[in-house]
Amino acid sequence: MKPEDFELFSTLVKQRSGLVLTPEKAYLLESRLFPVARKHSLKSLEDMAQSLRARREETLMFDITEAMTTNESFFFRDQKPFTLFQKTLLPRLLTARAAKKQIRIWSAAASSGQEAYSLAMICAEEAAKLQGWKIDIIGTDLSREMVTRAKTGIYSQFEVQRGLPVTHLVKYFQQIAGDKWQIKDNIRQMVQFREGNLLTDFGVAGPFDIVFCRNVLIYFDLPTKTRVLAAINGVMPPDGFLVLGGAETVLGVSDAFKIVTGEHGLYVGASFDVAQLAATK
Amino acid sequence: MKTCLIVDDSRVIRKVARQIFEAIGYVCEDAENGQVALDACKAKLPDFILLDWNMPVMNGMEFLHALRQLPGGDRPSVVFCTTENDLGHIQEAMGAGANEYIMKPFDADIIRGKLEQLGLIEN
Repeated sequence: MKPEDFELFSTLVKQRSGLVLTPEKAYLLESRLFPVARKHSLKSLEDMAQSLRARREETLMFDITEAMTTNESFFFRDQKPFTLFQKTLLPRLLTARAAKKQIRIWSAAASSGQEAYSLAMICAEEAAKLQGWKIDIIGTDLSREMVTRAKTGIYSQFEVQRGLPVTHLVKYFQQIAGDKWQIKDNIRQMVQFREGNLLTDFGVAGPFDIVFCRNVLIYFDLPTKTRVLAAINGVMPPDGFLVLGGAETVLGVSDAFKIVTGEHGLYVGASFDVAQLAATK
Repeated sequence: MKTCLIVDDSRVIRKVARQIFEAIGYVCEDAENGQVALDACKAKLPDFILLDWNMPVMNGMEFLHALRQLPGGDRPSVVFCTTENDLGHIQEAMGAGANEYIMKPFDADIIRGKLEQLGLIEN
């Protein structure tokens, strides 16, 4: 790929999604954009770049961004954040929100929905404690295709085995074809999915007591990370919880949040008294 | 070091599985059917057993029943790994004392995930 074409595509993707593509990702760009070129009846990526220079056609720009920002996702990916949710965050909010009996959870960059559904399955496991409570789980993703997929709750045999205990598969899924499984209605009804861009208006309104925003910030440059974290902080109450991916941190990025020592990946608002969290455990 | 017994009548599957488990740090043995596996278990129980269902001589389900009767035979974690992919087979396996269930085809991520859930490796 010509350097100026790479520049064109990566600038477009950066503007629209925040995703930073470094030159060593050129191979990824090529493999993912070739199907887009074909869809738009363009013979090569060079033709696609030329077409874009001639006319900034929205559907083409949309498809390019979409192709570059879809990522693989697992159920209960990394497990620890989910244990944290079940053992620490839920019990804490059951106390802190006892008057309102409502907890709102946001799965930002929800991809094909596994994270949001994993949280819903945990809530189903904890159903006895949550009786009379209203739990909202909202997943957003930049990709329209991912949001549509997430809503169906249909996963391949491969996907339902990655990270998902077989007991959960039996309990919360139904087999709809030999190698296709669908989340049961009672779990699906607990989750809503919408299109949303972390760089703009999020696509949802807060406040959110818990925000899962994992493995997204790593793709952004520093100013974008800072801006997104400030915006997320803006849709959270002072005693809300932010969960980031294992390779991500707020340290040196944002002073809107602070680290919770001993709870890897968990962050709270700058004014939150961490001792309160220890008291519920 | 943790030990693993891979039971499958396919030489290719045994080889692929062995590579995955050795990369995780397990010491592996393998068996081409349930009877060979049962003899191996009578000699020494492994920590973990990856178990195919359909095999000649003794199938996976017969092996599992026999294993759980052995002294200490309730200790090894047994994960079925089979092309049988319907709810009925999964429920039968779990009812017979399997700890987890993998539907073929599988990859290293699936195996690692199951081991994590069983608490056999850290994530």
